Amino acid sequence: MRRFHSILRRDLKLSYRQGSAISLSLSFFVIVILLFPLGVGPELNILSRISAGVVWVGALLACLLTLDRIFQADYEDGSLDLLVLGSLPLEMLILGKVCAHWISSVLPLIVISPILALSLNMNPAGIWVMMLALLIGTPTLSLIGAIGAALTVGMRRGGVLLSLLVLPLYIPVLIFGVAAVEAAIAVLPVSSHLMLLSGISLGALVVGPVAAAAALRLTFD
Amino acid sequence: MAIDLHKYANPRRFLKIISAIYPWSVAVTVILLVAGLYLGLFVAPPDYQQGETVRIMFVHVPAAWMALSIYTMMAVSSAVGLIWKHPVADLSAKAAAPIGASFTFLALVTGSLWGQPMWGTYWVWDARLTSMLVLLFLYLGYMAIWESFEDPNKAAKAATILILVGAINVPIIKFSVDWWNTLHQPASVATLQGPKIHSSILMPLLIMGSAYTSFFVMVWIIRVKAEILGRRLRILQMNALRDK
Repeated sequence: MRRFHSILRRDLKLSYRQGSAISLSLSFFVIVILLFPLGVGPELNILSRISAGVVWVGALLACLLTLDRIFQADYEDGSLDLLVLGSLPLEMLILGKVCAHWISSVLPLIVISPILALSLNMNPAGIWVMMLALLIGTPTLSLIGAIGAALTVGMRRGGVLLSLLVLPLYIPVLIFGVAAVEAAIAVLPVSSHLMLLSGISLGALVVGPVAAAAALRLTFD
Repeated sequence: MAIDLHKYANPRRFLKIISAIYPWSVAVTVILLVAGLYLGLFVAPPDYQQGETVRIMFVHVPAAWMALSIYTMMAVSSAVGLIWKHPVADLSAKAAAPIGASFTFLALVTGSLWGQPMWGTYWVWDARLTSMLVLLFLYLGYMAIWESFEDPNKAAKAATILILVGAINVPIIKFSVDWWNTLHQPASVATLQGPKIHSSILMPLLIMGSAYTSFFVMVWIIRVKAEILGRRLRILQMNALRDK
Protein backbone atom coordinates (compact mmCIF):
# COMPACT_ATOMS: atom_id res chain seq x y z
CA MET A 1 0.00 0.00 0.00
CA ARG A 2 2.88 2.34 0.81
CA ARG A 3 4.41 1.73 -2.61
CA PHE A 4 1.02 2.39 -4.20
CA HIS A 5 0.95 5.74 -2.43
CA SER A 6 4.45 6.56 -3.53
CA ILE A 7 3.54 5.91 -7.17
CA LEU A 8 0.48 8.09 -6.79
CA ARG A 9 2.49 10.85 -5.11
CA ARG A 10 5.25 10.64 -7.68
CA ASP A 11 2.87 10.97 -10.64
CA LEU A 12 0.91 13.75 -9.00
CA LYS A 13 4.11 15.62 -8.19
CA LEU A 14 5.35 15.19 -11.76
CA SER A 15 2.17 16.54 -13.28
CA TYR A 16 2.05 19.36 -10.74
CA ARG A 17 5.65 20.41 -11.39
CA GLN A 18 5.11 20.25 -15.13
CA GLY A 19 2.25 22.61 -14.45
CA SER A 20 1.44 23.44 -18.02
CA ALA A 21 -0.17 20.04 -18.48
CA ILE A 22 -3.03 20.77 -16.11
CA SER A 23 -3.62 24.26 -17.40
CA LEU A 24 -3.48 23.02 -21.00
CA SER A 25 -6.17 20.39 -20.56
CA LEU A 26 -8.24 22.87 -18.57
CA SER A 27 -8.03 25.53 -21.24
CA PHE A 28 -8.78 22.90 -23.90
CA PHE A 29 -11.93 21.98 -21.98
CA VAL A 30 -12.98 25.61 -21.65
CA ILE A 31 -12.32 26.39 -25.31
CA VAL A 32 -14.19 23.31 -26.60
CA ILE A 33 -17.22 24.28 -24.55
CA LEU A 34 -17.04 27.92 -25.57
CA LEU A 35 -16.99 26.85 -29.22
CA PHE A 36 -20.53 25.51 -28.90
CA PRO A 37 -22.31 28.81 -28.23
CA LEU A 38 -20.36 30.25 -31.15
CA GLY A 39 -21.24 27.33 -33.41
CA VAL A 40 -24.84 26.74 -32.38
CA GLY A 41 -25.76 30.35 -31.74
CA PRO A 42 -26.28 32.23 -28.48
CA GLU A 43 -29.97 31.44 -27.89
CA LEU A 44 -30.24 30.53 -24.23
CA ASN A 45 -32.99 27.92 -24.46
CA ILE A 46 -31.12 25.94 -27.12
CA LEU A 47 -27.93 26.17 -25.08
CA SER A 48 -29.60 24.97 -21.92
CA ARG A 49 -31.04 22.01 -23.85
CA ILE A 50 -27.65 20.89 -25.13
CA SER A 51 -25.61 21.92 -22.09
CA ALA A 52 -25.42 18.46 -20.48
CA GLY A 53 -24.14 16.84 -23.63
CA VAL A 54 -21.69 19.64 -24.35
CA VAL A 55 -20.05 19.45 -20.93
CA TRP A 56 -19.80 15.66 -21.12
CA VAL A 57 -18.35 15.64 -24.63
CA GLY A 58 -15.88 18.34 -23.59
CA ALA A 59 -14.81 16.25 -20.60
CA LEU A 60 -14.41 13.17 -22.82
CA LEU A 61 -12.22 15.00 -25.31
CA ALA A 62 -10.11 16.72 -22.66
CA CYS A 63 -9.58 13.37 -20.97
CA LEU A 64 -8.64 11.77 -24.30
CA LEU A 65 -6.12 14.53 -24.87
CA THR A 66 -4.23 13.72 -21.68
CA LEU A 67 -4.40 9.93 -21.84
CA ASP A 68 -1.09 9.36 -23.58
CA ARG A 69 0.63 11.08 -20.66
CA ILE A 70 -0.23 8.16 -18.38
CA PHE A 71 2.61 6.05 -19.77
CA GLN A 72 4.28 7.92 -22.63
CA ALA A 73 6.76 10.12 -20.77
CA ASP A 74 7.83 7.34 -18.43
CA TYR A 75 8.21 5.02 -21.40
CA GLU A 76 10.41 7.48 -23.24
CA ASP A 77 12.85 8.19 -20.42
CA GLY A 78 13.00 4.53 -19.43
CA SER A 79 11.56 4.87 -15.94
CA LEU A 80 8.55 2.75 -16.94
CA ASP A 81 10.89 -0.25 -17.38
CA LEU A 82 12.09 0.19 -13.81
CA LEU A 83 8.58 0.62 -12.46
CA VAL A 84 7.45 -2.53 -14.27
CA LEU A 85 10.42 -4.45 -12.91
CA GLY A 86 9.78 -3.18 -9.38
CA SER A 87 8.08 -5.19 -6.67
CA LEU A 88 4.70 -3.51 -6.94
CA PRO A 89 2.21 -5.67 -8.91
CA LEU A 90 1.68 -4.18 -12.34
CA GLU A 91 -2.08 -3.88 -11.82
CA MET A 92 -1.54 -1.78 -8.70
CA LEU A 93 1.06 0.33 -10.47
CA ILE A 94 -1.45 1.05 -13.23
CA LEU A 95 -4.19 1.78 -10.73
CA GLY A 96 -1.89 4.31 -9.07
CA LYS A 97 -1.08 5.95 -12.36
CA VAL A 98 -4.75 6.02 -13.32
CA CYS A 99 -5.65 7.65 -9.99
CA ALA A 100 -2.94 10.24 -10.55
CA HIS A 101 -4.24 10.91 -14.06
CA TRP A 102 -7.78 11.29 -12.79
CA ILE A 103 -6.80 13.63 -9.97
CA SER A 104 -4.44 15.75 -12.05
CA SER A 105 -6.30 15.97 -15.38
CA VAL A 106 -9.96 15.21 -14.79
CA LEU A 107 -10.72 16.53 -11.32
CA PRO A 108 -9.86 20.15 -12.29
CA LEU A 109 -12.35 19.86 -15.15
CA ILE A 110 -15.08 18.77 -12.77
CA VAL A 111 -14.26 21.65 -10.43
CA ILE A 112 -14.74 24.32 -13.07
CA SER A 113 -17.61 22.58 -14.89
CA PRO A 114 -20.34 24.38 -12.86
CA ILE A 115 -19.14 27.76 -14.11
CA LEU A 116 -19.20 26.55 -17.68
CA ALA A 117 -22.60 24.91 -17.17
CA LEU A 118 -23.90 28.23 -15.83
CA SER A 119 -22.58 29.98 -18.91
CA LEU A 120 -24.56 27.46 -20.97
CA ASN A 121 -27.66 28.36 -18.94
CA MET A 122 -28.08 24.95 -17.31
CA ASN A 123 -30.53 25.08 -14.41
CA PRO A 124 -29.13 24.65 -10.86
CA ALA A 125 -30.71 21.24 -10.22
CA GLY A 126 -28.96 19.98 -13.33
CA ILE A 127 -25.60 21.37 -12.24
CA TRP A 128 -25.52 19.42 -8.98
CA VAL A 129 -26.43 16.18 -10.67
CA MET A 130 -23.95 16.89 -13.45
CA MET A 131 -21.11 17.25 -10.95
CA LEU A 132 -22.18 14.07 -9.19
CA ALA A 133 -22.44 12.20 -12.49
CA LEU A 134 -19.03 13.48 -13.58
CA LEU A 135 -17.53 12.39 -10.26
CA ILE A 136 -19.01 8.91 -10.61
CA GLY A 137 -18.50 8.48 -14.33
CA THR A 138 -15.13 10.01 -15.16
CA PRO A 139 -12.98 7.40 -13.35
CA THR A 140 -14.22 5.02 -16.03
CA LEU A 141 -12.75 7.32 -18.66
CA SER A 142 -9.33 7.16 -17.03
CA LEU A 143 -9.55 3.39 -16.47
CA ILE A 144 -10.62 2.52 -20.03
CA GLY A 145 -8.24 5.12 -21.34
CA ALA A 146 -5.37 3.41 -19.55
CA ILE A 147 -6.05 0.26 -21.58
CA GLY A 148 -5.82 2.24 -24.80
CA ALA A 149 -2.76 4.15 -23.60
CA ALA A 150 -1.02 0.90 -22.64
CA LEU A 151 -1.82 -0.64 -26.02
CA THR A 152 -0.41 2.28 -27.96
CA VAL A 153 2.50 3.22 -25.69
CA GLY A 154 5.26 1.87 -27.92
CA MET A 155 3.90 3.36 -31.11
CA ARG A 156 4.82 6.48 -32.92
CA ARG A 157 1.70 8.46 -33.79
CA GLY A 158 -0.36 6.31 -31.45
CA GLY A 159 -2.66 9.22 -30.66
CA VAL A 160 -5.08 8.79 -33.54
CA LEU A 161 -5.26 5.06 -32.99
CA LEU A 162 -5.82 5.71 -29.29
CA SER A 163 -8.93 7.74 -30.02
CA LEU A 164 -10.28 5.09 -32.38
CA LEU A 165 -9.77 2.41 -29.73
CA VAL A 166 -11.04 4.32 -26.73
CA LEU A 167 -13.90 6.57 -27.86
CA PRO A 168 -16.31 3.74 -28.81
CA LEU A 169 -15.85 2.31 -25.32
CA TYR A 170 -16.59 5.71 -23.77
CA ILE A 171 -20.06 5.86 -25.24
CA PRO A 172 -22.00 4.08 -22.46
CA VAL A 173 -20.59 6.56 -19.91
CA LEU A 174 -21.59 9.45 -22.13
CA ILE A 175 -25.12 8.11 -22.60
CA PHE A 176 -25.85 7.54 -18.92
CA GLY A 177 -24.01 10.64 -17.80
CA VAL A 178 -26.07 12.87 -20.06
CA ALA A 179 -29.26 10.97 -19.25
CA ALA A 180 -28.76 11.64 -15.53
CA VAL A 181 -28.39 15.39 -16.08
CA GLU A 182 -31.36 15.57 -18.41
CA ALA A 183 -33.49 13.63 -15.94
CA ALA A 184 -32.50 16.11 -13.23
CA ILE A 185 -33.40 19.06 -15.45
CA ALA A 186 -36.77 17.47 -16.23
CA VAL A 187 -37.31 16.82 -12.47
CA LEU A 188 -37.37 13.05 -12.95
CA PRO A 189 -35.68 10.46 -10.70
CA VAL A 190 -31.94 10.39 -11.41
CA SER A 191 -30.83 7.58 -9.13
CA SER A 192 -31.18 4.79 -11.72
CA HIS A 193 -28.85 6.60 -14.14
CA LEU A 194 -26.34 7.29 -11.39
CA MET A 195 -26.46 3.67 -10.29
CA LEU A 196 -25.82 2.48 -13.84
CA LEU A 197 -22.90 4.89 -14.02
CA SER A 198 -21.52 3.51 -10.76
CA GLY A 199 -21.97 0.00 -12.12
CA ILE A 200 -19.98 0.88 -15.23
CA SER A 201 -17.29 2.48 -13.10
CA LEU A 202 -17.00 -0.54 -10.82
CA GLY A 203 -16.82 -2.84 -13.83
CA ALA A 204 -14.09 -0.69 -15.37
CA LEU A 205 -12.25 -0.74 -12.05
CA VAL A 206 -12.08 -4.52 -12.31
CA VAL A 207 -11.36 -4.85 -16.02
CA GLY A 208 -9.23 -1.75 -16.62
CA PRO A 209 -6.07 -2.41 -14.58
CA VAL A 210 -5.95 -6.09 -15.57
CA ALA A 211 -6.34 -5.40 -19.28
CA ALA A 212 -3.93 -2.45 -19.18
CA ALA A 213 -1.36 -4.58 -17.33
CA ALA A 214 -1.65 -7.28 -20.00
CA ALA A 215 -1.18 -4.62 -22.67
CA LEU A 216 1.81 -3.14 -20.90
CA ARG A 217 3.52 -6.53 -20.48
CA LEU A 218 3.20 -6.84 -24.24
CA THR A 219 5.36 -3.78 -24.75
CA PHE A 220 8.11 -5.15 -22.54
CA ASP A 221 8.18 -8.68 -23.93
CA MET B 1 -16.31 -37.13 -23.64
CA ALA B 2 -13.20 -35.07 -23.83
CA ILE B 3 -12.29 -34.03 -27.33
CA ASP B 4 -8.65 -33.24 -27.89
CA LEU B 5 -8.99 -29.82 -29.45
CA HIS B 6 -5.27 -29.50 -29.93
CA LYS B 7 -5.46 -32.31 -32.45
CA TYR B 8 -7.68 -30.10 -34.62
CA ALA B 9 -5.69 -26.99 -33.92
CA ASN B 10 -2.57 -28.29 -35.57
CA PRO B 11 -2.28 -25.90 -38.51
CA ARG B 12 -1.70 -28.58 -41.09
CA ARG B 13 -4.65 -30.71 -39.99
CA PHE B 14 -6.72 -27.56 -39.55
CA LEU B 15 -5.97 -26.52 -43.13
CA LYS B 16 -6.94 -29.99 -44.34
CA ILE B 17 -10.24 -29.90 -42.50
CA ILE B 18 -11.25 -26.43 -43.63
CA SER B 19 -10.21 -27.21 -47.19
CA ALA B 20 -12.55 -30.19 -47.07
CA ILE B 21 -15.38 -28.05 -45.72
CA TYR B 22 -14.87 -25.27 -48.27
CA PRO B 23 -16.65 -26.77 -51.35
CA TRP B 24 -19.59 -27.73 -49.15
CA SER B 25 -19.84 -24.23 -47.76
CA VAL B 26 -19.91 -22.81 -51.30
CA ALA B 27 -22.68 -25.20 -52.33
CA VAL B 28 -24.73 -24.56 -49.19
CA THR B 29 -24.31 -20.80 -49.56
CA VAL B 30 -25.53 -20.81 -53.17
CA ILE B 31 -28.51 -23.06 -52.47
CA LEU B 32 -29.63 -21.24 -49.33
CA LEU B 33 -29.07 -17.79 -50.81
CA VAL B 34 -31.14 -18.59 -53.90
CA ALA B 35 -33.87 -20.25 -51.82
CA GLY B 36 -33.90 -17.50 -49.20
CA LEU B 37 -33.97 -14.66 -51.75
CA TYR B 38 -36.71 -16.39 -53.77
CA LEU B 39 -38.86 -17.02 -50.70
CA GLY B 40 -38.16 -13.59 -49.29
CA LEU B 41 -38.57 -11.51 -52.44
CA PHE B 42 -41.35 -13.39 -54.25
CA VAL B 43 -43.20 -15.76 -51.95
CA ALA B 44 -43.41 -13.95 -48.60
CA PRO B 45 -46.52 -11.80 -48.33
CA PRO B 46 -46.11 -8.03 -48.27
CA ASP B 47 -46.62 -6.51 -44.84
CA TYR B 48 -50.03 -5.01 -44.10
CA GLN B 49 -48.40 -1.78 -42.93
CA GLN B 50 -45.11 -1.56 -44.73
CA GLY B 51 -46.08 -3.07 -48.08
CA GLU B 52 -43.29 -4.30 -50.31
CA THR B 53 -40.50 -2.44 -48.52
CA VAL B 54 -40.62 -5.04 -45.77
CA ARG B 55 -38.54 -7.26 -48.07
CA ILE B 56 -35.44 -5.24 -47.20
CA MET B 57 -35.73 -7.08 -43.90
CA PHE B 58 -34.51 -10.32 -45.45
CA VAL B 59 -31.20 -8.67 -46.29
CA HIS B 60 -31.03 -6.37 -43.29
CA VAL B 61 -31.90 -8.49 -40.26
CA PRO B 62 -29.57 -11.45 -40.97
CA ALA B 63 -26.73 -9.00 -41.63
CA ALA B 64 -27.28 -7.48 -38.20
CA TRP B 65 -27.34 -10.96 -36.66
CA MET B 66 -24.06 -11.76 -38.36
CA ALA B 67 -22.47 -8.49 -37.23
CA LEU B 68 -23.05 -9.44 -33.60
CA SER B 69 -22.35 -13.16 -33.91
CA ILE B 70 -19.08 -12.62 -35.73
CA TYR B 71 -17.91 -10.23 -33.02
CA THR B 72 -18.85 -12.81 -30.39
CA MET B 73 -17.10 -15.53 -32.35
CA MET B 74 -13.98 -13.35 -32.57
CA ALA B 75 -14.07 -12.72 -28.82
CA VAL B 76 -14.37 -16.46 -28.10
CA SER B 77 -11.66 -17.27 -30.59
CA SER B 78 -9.34 -14.62 -29.11
CA ALA B 79 -10.03 -15.90 -25.60
CA VAL B 80 -9.08 -19.40 -26.75
CA GLY B 81 -5.93 -17.96 -28.29
CA LEU B 82 -5.13 -16.15 -25.06
CA ILE B 83 -5.75 -19.15 -22.79
CA TRP B 84 -4.20 -21.94 -24.84
CA LYS B 85 -1.71 -19.69 -26.66
CA HIS B 86 -2.63 -21.13 -29.99
CA PRO B 87 -1.81 -18.88 -32.96
CA VAL B 88 -4.51 -20.37 -35.19
CA ALA B 89 -7.20 -19.05 -32.85
CA ASP B 90 -5.81 -15.51 -33.14
CA LEU B 91 -5.61 -15.80 -36.90
CA SER B 92 -9.18 -17.05 -37.01
CA ALA B 93 -10.35 -13.92 -35.19
CA LYS B 94 -8.22 -11.72 -37.44
CA ALA B 95 -9.65 -13.38 -40.56
CA ALA B 96 -13.21 -12.83 -39.33
CA ALA B 97 -12.87 -9.10 -38.57
CA PRO B 98 -13.24 -7.59 -42.07
CA ILE B 99 -16.18 -9.90 -42.80
CA GLY B 100 -17.88 -8.80 -39.61
CA ALA B 101 -17.19 -5.16 -40.42
CA SER B 102 -18.73 -5.66 -43.86
CA PHE B 103 -21.87 -7.23 -42.41
CA THR B 104 -22.14 -4.35 -39.93
CA PHE B 105 -21.81 -1.89 -42.79
CA LEU B 106 -24.41 -3.82 -44.80
CA ALA B 107 -26.81 -3.77 -41.87
CA LEU B 108 -26.31 -0.02 -41.43
CA VAL B 109 -26.77 0.75 -45.14
CA THR B 110 -29.83 -1.45 -45.67
CA GLY B 111 -31.28 -0.20 -42.41
CA SER B 112 -30.91 3.36 -43.54
CA LEU B 113 -32.46 2.55 -46.94
CA TRP B 114 -35.34 0.91 -45.09
CA GLY B 115 -35.62 3.81 -42.68
CA GLN B 116 -36.24 6.34 -45.44
CA PRO B 117 -39.64 4.95 -46.58
CA MET B 118 -40.66 3.77 -43.09
CA TRP B 119 -39.55 6.48 -40.70
CA GLY B 120 -39.12 9.22 -43.29
CA THR B 121 -35.42 9.62 -42.55
CA TYR B 122 -32.21 7.84 -43.43
CA TRP B 123 -30.74 8.11 -39.99
CA VAL B 124 -31.96 8.68 -36.48
CA TRP B 125 -29.80 8.68 -33.39
CA ASP B 126 -31.63 5.87 -31.75
CA ALA B 127 -30.05 3.31 -29.47
CA ARG B 128 -29.86 0.42 -31.93
CA LEU B 129 -28.53 2.43 -34.86
CA THR B 130 -25.97 4.24 -32.77
CA SER B 131 -24.76 1.11 -31.07
CA MET B 132 -24.38 -0.63 -34.43
CA LEU B 133 -22.29 2.31 -35.62
CA VAL B 134 -20.17 1.89 -32.50
CA LEU B 135 -19.79 -1.80 -33.36
CA LEU B 136 -18.44 -0.77 -36.76
CA PHE B 137 -15.86 1.43 -35.04
CA LEU B 138 -14.92 -1.43 -32.72
CA TYR B 139 -14.27 -3.59 -35.79
CA LEU B 140 -12.21 -0.82 -37.38
CA GLY B 141 -10.18 -0.33 -34.21
CA TYR B 142 -9.55 -4.07 -34.04
CA MET B 143 -8.34 -4.13 -37.63
CA ALA B 144 -6.23 -1.01 -37.10
CA ILE B 145 -4.42 -2.47 -34.11
CA TRP B 146 -3.48 -5.57 -36.09
CA GLU B 147 -1.87 -3.28 -38.64
CA SER B 148 0.03 -1.14 -36.16
CA PHE B 149 2.39 -3.76 -34.72
CA GLU B 150 5.40 -5.11 -36.59
CA ASP B 151 5.50 -8.36 -34.66
CA PRO B 152 2.40 -10.51 -35.37
CA ASN B 153 2.55 -12.16 -31.94
CA LYS B 154 2.39 -8.80 -30.21
CA ALA B 155 -0.35 -7.64 -32.56
CA ALA B 156 -2.37 -10.75 -31.72
CA LYS B 157 -2.08 -10.08 -27.98
CA ALA B 158 -3.01 -6.43 -28.32
CA ALA B 159 -5.96 -7.27 -30.54
CA THR B 160 -7.12 -9.90 -28.04
CA ILE B 161 -7.11 -7.39 -25.18
CA LEU B 162 -9.06 -4.91 -27.27
CA ILE B 163 -11.69 -7.35 -28.46
CA LEU B 164 -12.28 -8.85 -25.01
CA VAL B 165 -12.76 -5.38 -23.51
CA GLY B 166 -15.03 -4.42 -26.42
CA ALA B 167 -17.11 -7.58 -25.98
CA ILE B 168 -18.86 -5.79 -23.11
CA ASN B 169 -20.69 -3.79 -25.75
CA VAL B 170 -22.26 -6.82 -27.43
CA PRO B 171 -25.04 -7.37 -24.87
CA ILE B 172 -25.61 -3.60 -24.80
CA ILE B 173 -26.25 -3.66 -28.55
CA LYS B 174 -28.37 -6.80 -28.37
CA PHE B 175 -30.65 -5.46 -25.68
CA SER B 176 -30.55 -1.79 -26.68
CA VAL B 177 -33.98 -2.09 -28.30
CA ASP B 178 -35.47 -3.55 -25.14
CA TRP B 179 -33.78 -1.24 -22.64
CA TRP B 180 -34.39 2.02 -24.45
CA ASN B 181 -37.74 2.86 -25.90
CA THR B 182 -36.75 3.94 -29.36
CA LEU B 183 -37.87 4.03 -32.95
CA HIS B 184 -36.29 0.69 -33.85
CA GLN B 185 -38.69 -2.18 -33.26
CA PRO B 186 -37.94 -4.52 -30.34
CA ALA B 187 -36.70 -8.07 -30.71
CA SER B 188 -39.26 -10.35 -32.33
CA VAL B 189 -37.46 -13.55 -33.30
CA ALA B 190 -35.22 -14.61 -30.42
CA THR B 191 -37.49 -13.83 -27.48
CA LEU B 192 -38.26 -15.90 -24.40
CA GLN B 193 -41.81 -16.42 -25.61
CA GLY B 194 -40.59 -17.79 -28.94
CA PRO B 195 -40.74 -16.07 -32.32
CA LYS B 196 -43.47 -13.48 -32.61
CA ILE B 197 -43.71 -13.38 -36.39
CA HIS B 198 -45.63 -15.54 -38.82
CA SER B 199 -43.86 -18.53 -40.34
CA SER B 200 -44.27 -17.23 -43.92
CA ILE B 201 -41.85 -14.45 -42.99
CA LEU B 202 -39.86 -16.30 -40.35
CA MET B 203 -38.87 -19.12 -42.72
CA PRO B 204 -37.16 -16.99 -45.39
CA LEU B 205 -35.58 -14.94 -42.61
CA LEU B 206 -34.03 -18.01 -41.00
CA ILE B 207 -32.96 -19.36 -44.40
CA MET B 208 -31.27 -16.06 -45.19
CA GLY B 209 -29.61 -16.17 -41.78
CA SER B 210 -28.23 -19.63 -42.52
CA ALA B 211 -27.16 -18.50 -45.98
CA TYR B 212 -25.22 -15.60 -44.48
CA THR B 213 -23.67 -17.92 -41.92
CA SER B 214 -22.43 -20.35 -44.55
CA PHE B 215 -21.28 -17.41 -46.67
CA PHE B 216 -19.30 -16.25 -43.66
CA VAL B 217 -17.81 -19.73 -43.26
CA MET B 218 -16.86 -19.74 -46.92
CA VAL B 219 -15.09 -16.36 -46.90
CA TRP B 220 -13.60 -17.02 -43.48
CA ILE B 221 -12.02 -20.25 -44.77
CA ILE B 222 -10.42 -18.38 -47.66
CA ARG B 223 -9.12 -15.66 -45.35
CA VAL B 224 -7.92 -17.90 -42.54
CA LYS B 225 -6.09 -20.07 -45.09
CA ALA B 226 -4.39 -16.98 -46.46
CA GLU B 227 -3.47 -15.89 -42.93
CA ILE B 228 -1.95 -19.26 -42.03
CA LEU B 229 -0.05 -19.50 -45.29
CA GLY B 230 1.11 -15.89 -44.87
CA ARG B 231 2.39 -16.70 -41.39
CA ARG B 232 4.19 -19.74 -42.77
CA LEU B 233 5.71 -17.65 -45.55
CA ARG B 234 6.95 -15.15 -42.99
CA ILE B 235 8.65 -17.91 -41.00
CA LEU B 236 10.28 -19.26 -44.18
CA GLN B 237 11.50 -15.78 -45.10
CA MET B 238 12.94 -15.21 -41.64
CA ASN B 239 14.69 -18.57 -41.74
CA ALA B 240 16.08 -17.77 -45.19
CA LEU B 241 17.40 -14.44 -43.90
CA ARG B 242 18.94 -16.07 -40.89
CA ASP B 243 20.70 -18.76 -42.93
CA LYS B 244 22.16 -16.25 -45.33
